Amino acid sequence: METGPDIRSALQDQIYIWRIRLELWWGNFKNFLRELSAHPLAMVGGVVLVLYLLSALFADQITVHNPIQGNLRLRHIAPVWQAGDWTYPLGTDSQGRDLLTRIVYGARISLIVGFLSVGISVIVGVLLGTLAGYFGGRFDSLVSRLADLLLAFPFLIFAIGVMAFLGPGFTNLILALTFKGWVEFFRLVRGEMLAEKTKEYVEAARVTGQGHLAIIMKEILPNIIQSVFVLGTLRMGYMIITEASLSFLGLGLPPNIPAWGSMVATGRDSILVAWWVSTFPGLAILFLVMAINLFGEGLRDILDPRLKLEG
Amino acid sequence: MRSIKILERVLATIPIMFGVAIIVFFFIRLTPGDPVDIMMGQGGAISAGELDRLREEFHLNEPLHIQLWYFLRDAARGDLGYSYVLKQPVTSLIAERLPATIELAVGALLFSLVIALPIGVISAVRQNSWLDRLSMSTAFLGISMPGFWLGIILILLFSVQLRWLPVQGRISLGTGFQERTGYFVLDSLLTGNFAALKSSLLHLVLPSITLGAPVAAVIARVLRSSMLETLRSDYVTLARSKGVAESWVVIKHALRNAMIPTITVVGLQVGILLGGNMVIETVFGWPGLGRMVVKAIFDRDFPLIQGTVMIYAFTFVMANLIVDVLYTYLNPRIRMQ
Repeated sequence: METGPDIRSALQDQIYIWRIRLELWWGNFKNFLRELSAHPLAMVGGVVLVLYLLSALFADQITVHNPIQGNLRLRHIAPVWQAGDWTYPLGTDSQGRDLLTRIVYGARISLIVGFLSVGISVIVGVLLGTLAGYFGGRFDSLVSRLADLLLAFPFLIFAIGVMAFLGPGFTNLILALTFKGWVEFFRLVRGEMLAEKTKEYVEAARVTGQGHLAIIMKEILPNIIQSVFVLGTLRMGYMIITEASLSFLGLGLPPNIPAWGSMVATGRDSILVAWWVSTFPGLAILFLVMAINLFGEGLRDILDPRLKLEG
Repeated sequence: MRSIKILERVLATIPIMFGVAIIVFFFIRLTPGDPVDIMMGQGGAISAGELDRLREEFHLNEPLHIQLWYFLRDAARGDLGYSYVLKQPVTSLIAERLPATIELAVGALLFSLVIALPIGVISAVRQNSWLDRLSMSTAFLGISMPGFWLGIILILLFSVQLRWLPVQGRISLGTGFQERTGYFVLDSLLTGNFAALKSSLLHLVLPSITLGAPVAAVIARVLRSSMLETLRSDYVTLARSKGVAESWVVIKHALRNAMIPTITVVGLQVGILLGGNMVIETVFGWPGLGRMVVKAIFDRDFPLIQGTVMIYAFTFVMANLIVDVLYTYLNPRIRMQ
């Protein structure tokens, strides 16, 4: 067995490399946490976001009521400080369902829609942006034209248009949000690719004989990914508001699913007798989106100060 | 040089308009199944005779590229199809609702500028003062708030509780209002009807605030940050050291240059105005384009949806064109080339 020591030392090399990588990552992460602690508002945003995530994950354990089945005899019970009934802390809606329960379940919808729509947009946008920016050529001009065309549509109008023809439903909702959502990530990554690929470190990698895939994955993308992450966080709040707007108009998910937007919409009909039915789901959206935006703006200040205010 | 740049920019919008029309054309292909069958399913709003006309109008029996050709040809002629639910050409339906939508958009834009310009300037000049912190927190609230919810809260507060402002619609009954142009504020002025003027203005307040709030928030934030930049620039320092009065420095030197990036952002916000329009018109029962589309969606009135989405996109493209032209005028670096 002559190859034995070779394999062993190769393995040891790999372990050694990974140990250094892990230490670097851990160091970076600790640095990041230290910088984050200098941004108290971003910390607040992060903590609120985690609370939302936890309540969405453990909705079944937190709540005792049924989010979909109501009891009409219990309709329009006021919040606890008006009615004094702790069974329904935020009151009940026009079908006698506990509002807090529905809001907690609604967090699931908003967060899943937010993560999925941003996630898919990121994957599509980064993939196309990398190919277009790195290789250029006909593919680049084709996708760039398509991106320009999609930018001619206001986001919400486009999503409404797509939903109008696809019809309501979860998959359709994600499709409607991502059909145009990838464009911003595409433009970001394409631009960065164009700028990075002429730099010396890429040239150096090329001279050492690395292939395109290795250069893109190992050299360039790690330098870009932070900007993508920041933009993704900042876009998530917008996606959540867009989903809520679609649900409000009745174009999002089927009406029996507790989505915050449709909860606000149904509460509108009983606004004269029960102000709380519309008010609290809207507050839930507001706090979540604020938390995400605070966290995102903090991230931007730490990771990528170049990305400027654009709303 | 400048006029060539502007001409180039104007010509560049033509292929974009075409592309927009093509994308809208493909929207209807997204429907699962036969669009005509789906339209038929809407409670018999469409008769059997119309069904054939409808198939013919969409040219559904022709190959796809022929369908696209007909669609583009008709659109270029200004024919956006026929609404079988409302029994009217789409173009005339849009023309009918457009004044209401424009009136609301103008109200919203005015509101946002009146709020955002002074706030952006003062926050930058008095950076880190309590006023700056308060306005920037409010602006942050503004970009994080869903518009439809803000509208409902405002109705709850100002219409239901305080009874200061009307809940819905564009004008109260019994003002003796006569419609002429479709712009109610203008019509009231033209007919000298001050009761109607007051009523139409009061009806505009809440929808304009709701629609304009996120726009105001974005403008204030961008203006503040670009003002902070210009206030630190060399030419401002020079103007100050020459002894130019501080208010003049702020307005003439800092604000003027800070407006350049701000204008671009205002152009992008037109997209928010247009998109928010569907939602806000629904909240306030405002009889404009947005409410018409939302109703058309539930009626499965495909030609009407197609036509209106196209008009929205065209408006957005035009708004960005205007912004680019303005930008060329405002930016001395481009002007001097």
